[in-house]
Amino acid sequence: MLLVVLALVLLAGALVVPAALESMRARRGAPPARAGRPQERLTLTDPGRERRAEQRARELLRSCVNDEEWSMYRDLGFIRVQGRPMTRPVEPLEDGTAEALADRAAEEDPRPFDIEEIQTPTRPGHGARRGRRPAEPPSPAPADSARSSAYAYLLYPHKPVLAYEPETHRLLSEYCVEFPDLSDAVTGSRLPDSDDVLAKWMALTGDEARLLRDANMHLPGRQLDPGRVRRDLWRLGEWERRRPSADSSSQ
Amino acid sequence: MKPGHGEVLLTEGDPSLREDEERLVEAFRRELDGGMWAAVPVEDPETGRRDARMVQDYGQIPPEAERVIFFPRAAGG
Repeated sequence: MLLVVLALVLLAGALVVPAALESMRARRGAPPARAGRPQERLTLTDPGRERRAEQRARELLRSCVNDEEWSMYRDLGFIRVQGRPMTRPVEPLEDGTAEALADRAAEEDPRPFDIEEIQTPTRPGHGARRGRRPAEPPSPAPADSARSSAYAYLLYPHKPVLAYEPETHRLLSEYCVEFPDLSDAVTGSRLPDSDDVLAKWMALTGDEARLLRDANMHLPGRQLDPGRVRRDLWRLGEWERRRPSADSSSQ
Repeated sequence: MKPGHGEVLLTEGDPSLREDEERLVEAFRRELDGGMWAAVPVEDPETGRRDARMVQDYGQIPPEAERVIFFPRAAGG
């Protein structure tokens, strides 16, 4: 009998105490425990907003890049941009040396590297040989053929810019870059995917050296899976093989 | 281009009209002062190849440009 009474007292206490605490909080003016929920609801975004933003971004991207590049992005999900000889990307050697090499390559000695030097295999941690320079800088590559360019970039949305050699498919380096909204850093919102690709495309084609200087350079494989990249390069090759020379399907 | 929003039209006008040009210059400076980069999509008249040109001053905008695109300044990721 005593146990039954004790159990009833405990049950009543469990029911009364939370209500008493709630009323005490209300009297003191403190916000109740559930007060945060309506606030959270206010910050929820329109689920269609990002989708509409991405749709607009795709239209903007399509109106800016070349037809081939748009088709590439539409079909494969990335864009290849050929490099320019004056700002050839540099392979990162060790932490701390990458930026220095990039600066040297882009500013102090803008001549392109000797192709023999580029293809010199490097051992991790031992650095690459910075071989001799060509006596005469090679003539610039044709503007519409990445295959004839010594290097090119792959632009993925919200992934590093990847530099590679089109001839050998050798991955050179990852340039980690983002376009953050400094005025609204708290929310951490980011550009729609297609806007991110367009920003990289504009920065690369408009001022390649500047973008490379601002980016953090790393060895391939830091953020992008090399296996995936090689598959993408294979897909790109197949895509180009099947694609008619004059893009009639850019719509 | 604005994170979280995508493309936002800031202002538009005819640069050959004085009032419009003043408004365009003001908007241009405001965006650059706010830390944005500006680029103009251009097309090579001979090859038809499209490219972008980064501009840091209103006077650098090609006269034939139809739009200037502002986007956040690049930072190491």
